[in-house]
Amino acid sequence: MKVLVPVKRVIDYNVKVRVKPDQTGVDLANVKMSMNPFDEISVEEAVRLKEKGKATEVIAVSIGPQQASETLRTALAMGADRGILVKTDGEVEPLAVAKILKAICDAEQPTLVITGKQAIDDDSNQTGQMLAALLGWPQGTFAHKLELGDGSAQIEREIDGGLQTVEVKLPAVMTVDLRLNEPRYASLPNIMKAKKKPIDEKSPSDYGVDVTPRLKTLKVTEPEKRKAGVKVKTVAELLDKLKNEAGVI
Amino acid sequence: MATLVIAEHDNKTLKDATAKVVTAAGQVGGPVHILVAGQGCDAVAQAASKIAGVEKVLVADDALYAKMVAETMETLILSLADKYDAILAPATTNGKNYMPRVAAKLDVPQVSEILSVVSSDTFVRPIYAGNALATVQAPAGKKVITVRTTTFKPAGEGGSAAIEKVSAAADPGLSKFVGEELSKSERPELTSAKIIISGGRGMQSGENFHMLDAIADKLHAAVGASRAAVDAGFVPNDYQVGQTGKVVAPDLYIAVGISGAIQHLAGMKDSKVIAAINKDEEAPIFQVADYGLVADLFKAIPEMNEELTKLGYK
Repeated sequence: MKVLVPVKRVIDYNVKVRVKPDQTGVDLANVKMSMNPFDEISVEEAVRLKEKGKATEVIAVSIGPQQASETLRTALAMGADRGILVKTDGEVEPLAVAKILKAICDAEQPTLVITGKQAIDDDSNQTGQMLAALLGWPQGTFAHKLELGDGSAQIEREIDGGLQTVEVKLPAVMTVDLRLNEPRYASLPNIMKAKKKPIDEKSPSDYGVDVTPRLKTLKVTEPEKRKAGVKVKTVAELLDKLKNEAGVI
Repeated sequence: MATLVIAEHDNKTLKDATAKVVTAAGQVGGPVHILVAGQGCDAVAQAASKIAGVEKVLVADDALYAKMVAETMETLILSLADKYDAILAPATTNGKNYMPRVAAKLDVPQVSEILSVVSSDTFVRPIYAGNALATVQAPAGKKVITVRTTTFKPAGEGGSAAIEKVSAAADPGLSKFVGEELSKSERPELTSAKIIISGGRGMQSGENFHMLDAIADKLHAAVGASRAAVDAGFVPNDYQVGQTGKVVAPDLYIAVGISGAIQHLAGMKDSKVIAAINKDEEAPIFQVADYGLVADLFKAIPEMNEELTKLGYK
């Protein structure tokens, strides 16, 4: 079975984002970019399926600027077999991403799509679910554990009250949560090997998808900052302040 | 036309999140209807009908909806969507699961986790783990919205909405619920607790979290944790407060042995009062804490327990 892994290039999670003074967005100039951390977990899961002999091919897809090919190379260095870069500049909304991925799924016929539960830039948490709906496939979101069966999969999910297990028919979409696995670091030989793996370059129009954003961003602002308060010296003083000054206990 | 709110419940009780989404729905406009999808959920429908400002409660009572599985929720909501201008759900793991399917099928963009309603089509939502706020305008047509419930006050009681049964939609037959492991606790839920005491990596073990339990019992607080503590296996995943866990805004948040990673701050910085106990005085948590105590938590927490007893907390 083929596994498709969509990966997104985002501002590295260690970078402190700065809102542009003109309120048009977040400053992306000269900022370190990396693969969305949740997507790293998806790549890892897909590669492990291949190593266990359950997947025959792992295809990584990225939708973004030319530099998103670096994100694909990371996925290839981790063990994906080939990449598809759908080149587009500017922001692409989850629905448009899902439409492009649907067209790719129609062509590639994967049995499983594994992707991050959300991207850490727009924090939408939509793409996997939208893709599943457009394909008419089931989904296992916020996955904690995956067990592949015959024609179906059991997915343990992180939910508000604890964990939930669902059984989905294959093909299916799985979106991954933090604790599914710990992604590997690519070794130097694998990074070298990844350079020779093929990346197909496409454009959204190849898939007949209009990626013009439909939500209009009117402004991007900084949230109100909290100020540091006072330091107290003892537990008794802390409780006294909480009780008599703040009135919260 | 009207606005539809999808109720959050466990077939027995209506969750507080629903009344908060009703507040957001009222700001979006139109008469507000609530959809209760569940199994044997009469008590939930009754509770929903009492929320002030709700005109009608729709009940889809069927085994298909017992666990609000996404694929069945999609077809149910779509079967009702024609009558509504806007559909809102809380940004719980349920809402996040089924709502994007609805949006995709309606071919509209979803607006995720709104913090406030500017007008019927314009909303503020967090991006970059809440380090920036985007004001976005949705296009004409249906609005599909999930609501971060911590920033909306719950609508009051006093309503007497009509309750109407709706039939189940076709079963897509794609998935089924197998089982669940829910944390059992007598304490309030994290997302609705007035006081939360959270532990971080500094707690060093799951055993040590019991020290926080004792204090939580005295203060009627919920117990939370940082991602580091969950990843280390000290406590289950549903304890996690943070951008990828639960976003909370209690009256008092007590952070114990938590350094204050951006990820964690994003989940609790809207708390009314923050108190932090950490032995590292440089810990970033102190930059957001109203009250900071630089101390070894293994001394401070037992002491706090004793002091609370002295103050008459049981």
